[in-house]
Amino acid sequence: MSEEITYREAAGAAIHDAMAADPRVFIMGEDVGHYGGTYAVTKGLLETFGPERVRDTPLSESGFTGAGIGAAMGGMRPIVEIMTVNFSLLALDQIVNNAATLRHMSGGQFNVPVVIRMATGAGRQLAAQHSHSLENWYAHVPGLRVLAPATVQDVYSMLAPALEDPDPVILFEHVMLYNRKGTLDRSAAVDLRSAAIRREGRDITLISYGGSLWKTLEAAALLAEDGIEAEVVDLRVLRPLDADTFLSSVRKTRRAVIVDEGWRTGSLAAEISAQIMEEVFWELDAPVGRVCSAEVPIPYPRHLEEAALPQVPAIIAAARAALGKQGEPA
Amino acid sequence: MPSLGADMDDGVLVEWDVKPGDRVSRGDIVAVVETQKGAIEIEIFESGTITRLLAAPGDTIAVGAPLAELDGPAATAGETEAAKAAPAPSAKAAAEPAAETLPERPAAPTIETPAVAATAREKTAPAVEAAPAAKAAPAGRVRASPAARQLAAERGIDLAGIQGTGPDGAVVRDDVAGGKAPQPAPGARPAAPTKTAETTGPARRGFDVDEMRKAIAAAMSRSKREIPHYYLSHTIDMRVASGWLDELNAQRPPEERVLIGMLLLKASALALTRFPEFNGRYENEAFAPAPAVHIGMAVAMRGGGLVAPALHDVDRLSLEELMAKARDLVARVRSGRLRSSEFTDAGITVTSLGERGVDTVFGVIYPPQVAIVGFGTVAMRALATENGVDAVPTVCATLAADHRVSDGRRGALFLREIDKLLQVPEAL
Amino acid sequence: MTAGKTEATHPRLTRAHCQHLLQQMIRIRRFEEKCAELYTQEKIRGFLHLYIGEEAIAVGVMDALEADDAVLATYREHGHALARGLPMNKVMAEMYGKRDGSSGGRGGSMHIFDAEKRFVGGNAIVGGGLPLAVGLALADRMQGRERVTTCFFGEGAAAEGEFHESMNLATLWKLPVLFVCENNFYAMGTRLDLSESETDIHAKAASYRMPSEAVDGMNIVEVEAAARRAVATVRAGDGPYFLECRTYRFRAHSMFDPQLYRSKDEVKEREKKGPIVRFQGWVLDAGILHQADIDAIEADVAQEIDAAVAFAEASEWEAIETLLDHVGAVP
Repeated sequence: MSEEITYREAAGAAIHDAMAADPRVFIMGEDVGHYGGTYAVTKGLLETFGPERVRDTPLSESGFTGAGIGAAMGGMRPIVEIMTVNFSLLALDQIVNNAATLRHMSGGQFNVPVVIRMATGAGRQLAAQHSHSLENWYAHVPGLRVLAPATVQDVYSMLAPALEDPDPVILFEHVMLYNRKGTLDRSAAVDLRSAAIRREGRDITLISYGGSLWKTLEAAALLAEDGIEAEVVDLRVLRPLDADTFLSSVRKTRRAVIVDEGWRTGSLAAEISAQIMEEVFWELDAPVGRVCSAEVPIPYPRHLEEAALPQVPAIIAAARAALGKQGEPA
Repeated sequence: MPSLGADMDDGVLVEWDVKPGDRVSRGDIVAVVETQKGAIEIEIFESGTITRLLAAPGDTIAVGAPLAELDGPAATAGETEAAKAAPAPSAKAAAEPAAETLPERPAAPTIETPAVAATAREKTAPAVEAAPAAKAAPAGRVRASPAARQLAAERGIDLAGIQGTGPDGAVVRDDVAGGKAPQPAPGARPAAPTKTAETTGPARRGFDVDEMRKAIAAAMSRSKREIPHYYLSHTIDMRVASGWLDELNAQRPPEERVLIGMLLLKASALALTRFPEFNGRYENEAFAPAPAVHIGMAVAMRGGGLVAPALHDVDRLSLEELMAKARDLVARVRSGRLRSSEFTDAGITVTSLGERGVDTVFGVIYPPQVAIVGFGTVAMRALATENGVDAVPTVCATLAADHRVSDGRRGALFLREIDKLLQVPEAL
Repeated sequence: MTAGKTEATHPRLTRAHCQHLLQQMIRIRRFEEKCAELYTQEKIRGFLHLYIGEEAIAVGVMDALEADDAVLATYREHGHALARGLPMNKVMAEMYGKRDGSSGGRGGSMHIFDAEKRFVGGNAIVGGGLPLAVGLALADRMQGRERVTTCFFGEGAAAEGEFHESMNLATLWKLPVLFVCENNFYAMGTRLDLSESETDIHAKAASYRMPSEAVDGMNIVEVEAAARRAVATVRAGDGPYFLECRTYRFRAHSMFDPQLYRSKDEVKEREKKGPIVRFQGWVLDAGILHQADIDAIEADVAQEIDAAVAFAEASEWEAIETLLDHVGAVP
């Protein structure tokens, strides 16, 4: 049942399979049809499902996102694709003021079963208007569910339950993941509540998600060579956070470092750190560490972009610091 | 003069345990200092030869001032890491407890060995500021993790006496628990040796009774809250043991005599080697058997309070050695000169209220231990024997044990095992 | 206006229909006057935006709609809610923030909703409802339903990007939306000619190739006639339609507005040509209704309002324990 497939292909397959399974599902966004998708996720869908269900939109993020919300209220199951999280700011009004509030404002009479997908993150030298990680902005908002699939399996398997969710779901795909290959079992189901332990360990908990997960796992592998067994938690769901999973891991290891491509100030990492303080302070053996992006709009040149982002050596350094170990690994 | 507590401004030198010309090694006790809270042994963190003593017994020395000079790679004896961390505070600074001062960026020196300070900063990627521990603790305050503080409070341990292995030398939970540092994974390169409890620093002499009461309260409350106790009692015929001991002691001068309590301790220790489920720790929802038989001996303090410092390797000590160790331990408890490892190493506690004349003592388990053995007075009591009902010496042995770890049947066998061992005292 | 107007309206101006139109407008007027009073008594809190002066639009347009059409309105939507047929009791209880309010008390005066009436709110983001209307219409189109989605908004929305994005999308995709612009010439306190380069709002819609027209929003007969025409076009599948209703707000923008931006004389002058006074005068002059009919309407309405206030007063506050309800289906 398993197949070797890229993240891009898995994301596209998920949309294809969802549209094939349910006539209410359709996709709209900029260049999803004739162009084949900015990141080629939707390539081939127009030929299969036609322009009614693979709907190219004008460059009107607020307009078509709002239309997606309205269509969801009208009984459809729209997938709205926004090219990048940076562009989603033009649709922030519709997402935050409408999608997230309508159920509550109407006293539960209306709901918005829309899925809004967007690319996020840096690493492709796309500079300061196409590279940011603003997942946390959405994770701040009650009424939204925010997903950050990091694996081929998750990006495929999260879409169907996201479409079944009666409430709005924001789904982030990190641009550096699209070419990553992995194993996909199309019959495997995932839930939209749980974080995943991607590596077990007893010495320190590394908490990450999305594009940073793989750097974190690489750091964990290097730490293991030095006798440090890091447990790696993949948050997967950024709202609501599965605090039980990361808190019980930190209870075990007594130490935590959070790896988050968002900017440090006011970051998701800050929220997780605060929850750790609130819940397991007395079990800690070190201050919670954070490896976040530098507080700068993501620059264009490769060396500066790399310096701005969380990288493996910084994750290792933070983990070692939390363990009271200094300097280079032996 | 090292800072040994958040509110310590200075200390009075009580005695030198070294003199100029002495070779000292890292970990040696070099002096005793009297503080507001009691006498504390000063451990040295460098090796070398003492060249000059800079203070005399009776002197009051401000925190941060040097006590002695040392030749060799490191500079001044007594200038421990902690001492470097605490320059002599001004009167103004001393007026406020350090615990309430906010951590400042280190214009003041930090609690770091020089090597640590350099690498910690260099390893931090400039854009990332990842290392959480690169910030200094307030001068004069013990750097200890919340988990370490919690455990230390439960056990009444002074953190100032413990050498930390955590970030920037912070005391972490394993340092308090005693030598339970994580082991490298199989096949991994050996990590730098971690400090064991044996090398940890001086414990404070003299105990703060109020603080101790709080610690006992915390530990006992936790015990009753978390540990499902079960209780067993068993009366042991002590005719053979008492008779044997009387004979032994009769040939000895008083200072070499062995108390009956040592037989009880030794019998308990040997029984534990066969019943490991009563010796160890229950932590993180799992039981870890102790690697050796270290028995906490409950000792009441003059003026109130209670400690149960560990007698190490009781199963391997002769009765004479055990007696000597117990005497030493009690004396040091009374004078407040315990080592931190003695606070943390016990896997079980034995409490004896024999000298108080009660028949039976039902103990409360000292977490994270999983059992406590109690002995009442050895006294003449009516007992049904092979001759009918006789007045014979007996002792009531009790066991309070953690039902998460063991069951009553094993507990009963354990008490019976102690009984059996006491019937062959010459083998103890 | 257009030639079709007379034949579309005249046949409907029966005594019963005129009575209905007048009663609806008076209901809204008296209801809001009561709300203003209750606001001063702190029974109603938050913002309170009164529709007084603009009643002909809601009543006229709503009369052209079917039960399964959708309606979206703004934060000045009490009139639309009442005209759409929401029970006055529930609307008043919502103004109070009580459990029996149309949104369970959670929305307040700006967020009145009713799923059964397909009344999709009270949207308090200027322009925020337009993309939703486009989407609701898209869903109808894709599911083969012949429903019309009507979206009310003020002329201030025409300055928002969402207005233009929605105009474009609705025409591009030929969606069944009736856009109704209630042009009262002031966006809060900013006069139209101080904020728009093109003050003919319907011309903006026309630039997207959307059929559009402007009508006298103070004339309920004209509004209803235009609305019927527009709805017929939309329902026929010819795409969206844009109706600009020129009107005037007699009251302040909200209860916190000292109205520094316009003179009292200007307001007085406009009030003389208000929708109720004009229509009432006309039906009396024409002998369609008599003073006794009007007295009966006023008495009916007064009774209905008293009952609504009593209902709202008697309704319970929502329990604090329910605070987090209705955030998501899965808590």
